Amino acid sequence: MSIVSNLLASRALEALTSPHGVDRYLELVNPMWAAREVRARIVDVHREVDVAGHPPVATITLQPTSTWQGHRAGQHVQLGVEIDGARRTTRVFTVSSPDSRQGDRFTVTMRANPDGLVSRHLVEAEVGTMVHLSQAQGEFILPDQVPEHVLFISGGSGITPVMSMLRSLQRRTHRGRVSFVHYAQSPEHQIFAAELAEIARTGYGVDVHLLHPELGDPALSPAWLERLVPGYRDVPTWACGPAPLIDAVQKAYTDSDVLQVEYFKAPVVSTGAAEGDVTFTRAGSTAANTGATLLEQAEAAGLKPEFGCRMGICFSCTATKKEGTVTNVLTGETSSLPDEDIRICVSSPQGDCAIDL
Amino acid sequence: MSNSTTLTDEQLDEFGKEMDAIRQRVMSELGEEDATYIRNVVKAQRGFEVAGRALFYLPPAWPLAVASLSISKILDNMEIGHNVMHGQYDWMGDPGLNSRMYEWDTMAPSENWKHGHNYIHHTFTNILGKDRDIGYGILRIDEDQEWHPYYLGNPVYAFLLMMFFEWGVALHDLEVENIVKGRRDWEENKALAAGIRRKMKRQVLKDYVLFPALTGPLFVPTFVGNATANFIRNIWTFNIIFCGHFPAGVATFTQEECENESRGHWYYRQLLGSANITGSKLLHLMSGNLSHQIEHHLFPDLPARRYPQIAEEVREICQRYGLQYNTGSLGKQLGSVAKKIFKMALPPKGTTFPGLSVLTGGRTSTTESQAA
Repeated sequence: MSIVSNLLASRALEALTSPHGVDRYLELVNPMWAAREVRARIVDVHREVDVAGHPPVATITLQPTSTWQGHRAGQHVQLGVEIDGARRTTRVFTVSSPDSRQGDRFTVTMRANPDGLVSRHLVEAEVGTMVHLSQAQGEFILPDQVPEHVLFISGGSGITPVMSMLRSLQRRTHRGRVSFVHYAQSPEHQIFAAELAEIARTGYGVDVHLLHPELGDPALSPAWLERLVPGYRDVPTWACGPAPLIDAVQKAYTDSDVLQVEYFKAPVVSTGAAEGDVTFTRAGSTAANTGATLLEQAEAAGLKPEFGCRMGICFSCTATKKEGTVTNVLTGETSSLPDEDIRICVSSPQGDCAIDL
Repeated sequence: MSNSTTLTDEQLDEFGKEMDAIRQRVMSELGEEDATYIRNVVKAQRGFEVAGRALFYLPPAWPLAVASLSISKILDNMEIGHNVMHGQYDWMGDPGLNSRMYEWDTMAPSENWKHGHNYIHHTFTNILGKDRDIGYGILRIDEDQEWHPYYLGNPVYAFLLMMFFEWGVALHDLEVENIVKGRRDWEENKALAAGIRRKMKRQVLKDYVLFPALTGPLFVPTFVGNATANFIRNIWTFNIIFCGHFPAGVATFTQEECENESRGHWYYRQLLGSANITGSKLLHLMSGNLSHQIEHHLFPDLPARRYPQIAEEVREICQRYGLQYNTGSLGKQLGSVAKKIFKMALPPKGTTFPGLSVLTGGRTSTTESQAA
């Protein structure tokens, strides 16, 4: 295997397949063959939670190409799918299975929110569908030397990275203590319920606390956390969940350096007007949105982005919009996708917008 | 030939709006069909390429190998490369078909070419002094280009450009003519030239060293075969591209005419500055649908497979506005271009050359020759 992959990634083969590269040929023979790119085949789709009237949660099992370098528990991956067979759309999902090595199968678990184009596609996906991947990314990980006692706090689908960590610890036969605190809407909405119940019953040194504030369980507060995990401010803690939960956690850990957090960003919603701020992420500057095109606003902010025709035909000024809603001034079309390539000479922001300039 | 606008500002606005409407409609229709189409073209191209490379191992199949490789290179440059690099498939979100990432099988690095083509040529189409594709800085192709004895070699330059077109396209971005005229500094070219050298090295290594070497004792036939495929691609692309803007009747514009140009006038200029080629589906495919140069110039970022579908509509609109829609068979357009290349080699009527007698297509124009 490694001889083949070394050969596929060799400079000689790169020179022979120039300018397109080896992968542009391999993918046509078998989509599971790759020299550099990472792709995966969906081998299983499993509904974790399916409450009528609520978005379902599903775990997707992926068989990656041999180019997948593995992941560390807590990391995420960019996953791209072809929507309607034409438009590749990429979102970030957290790996929910334990640490993986090169070419290993792994799972991602996601809630298919109504506006989640990719997650809705994935939970309905057929086994055998190919998806596009990045390598695993992210610093929200366990250290090589796992501390004697660790605390995981999560909310909703924020359970995925800490579940990956818990599963890894189970597999590594971690001998210390693990406190696992999770907030869900109701027991019906509990992701991984059966597995957590099993771990609570048999797991050595694992305390599982599943809480449902909507049914009267206490919300997170320093006092309550102290009662649950005495001396928690000295216990290395990983927290992941919606922004309000993370705010509460961060307040409980003020002046403590044991906390690592990861939270979901609320999507930037269009205000339909020239309000808000435009952030130029590479320059690190922000200016009030004047409603002019992003090219004009960038130039007004003293930046010198590349441009050509200034009328939307030549693609010289294409830049990546990190977030926010823009209107195409030629067609009136709006788009709110994150990390989207746009022509800044014909795109004007509506409300807050961040652009990679 | 310079052209003074035949439409009023209001008519131009209306004309522009009709064009915008077509663009918007097609944009909203883009989807799986377009994606499947371009992916199939890519598949076919890669298939021809692999077949071409492999057939060189069978000496009797040499002509087939050359044909396969030529088809591969033509598809790669025209229907895939040119069109992908226009951003026609950026909406698919596929890095393999993205204008910012695609690199094509020819000498010119995509980065330089996109600047010179997508921006300069497509924005300033047929504006004398701004569109560097009028004669490519080498040829005299328009009456309004000032004649110079250098242009007596017009047909020879055109022939050489045709044979070595991929090299010409790569070097075009160095704007050598502007350096000669002192309008550009060689310093500005250093990074560009380094990029061109890198790309040329890769192309030469692949076609003239590695693949011939891989066929061992057949090195020479493979080398010659690869060179032939490159020549065939050069000749074909040169001819298609020259039919796009140089046949008789295509208008050029002055910089004054295009100052503070409206969107409607831009469309008007794109229309009158381009010419189509009629022909079969195969011709359209192999020309990267540049046989619909008019539609391409009106809508450079629409997937090219859509051009034949909207051509009738564009033509009907042109008829209503009384605008010329320049089209003809490949033979007719090529003949027209060739005629122009020869005609433009000679000085225009009435040119006087003190102390010099020049044959000017049967006309005598100097005082000395009149005296004689």
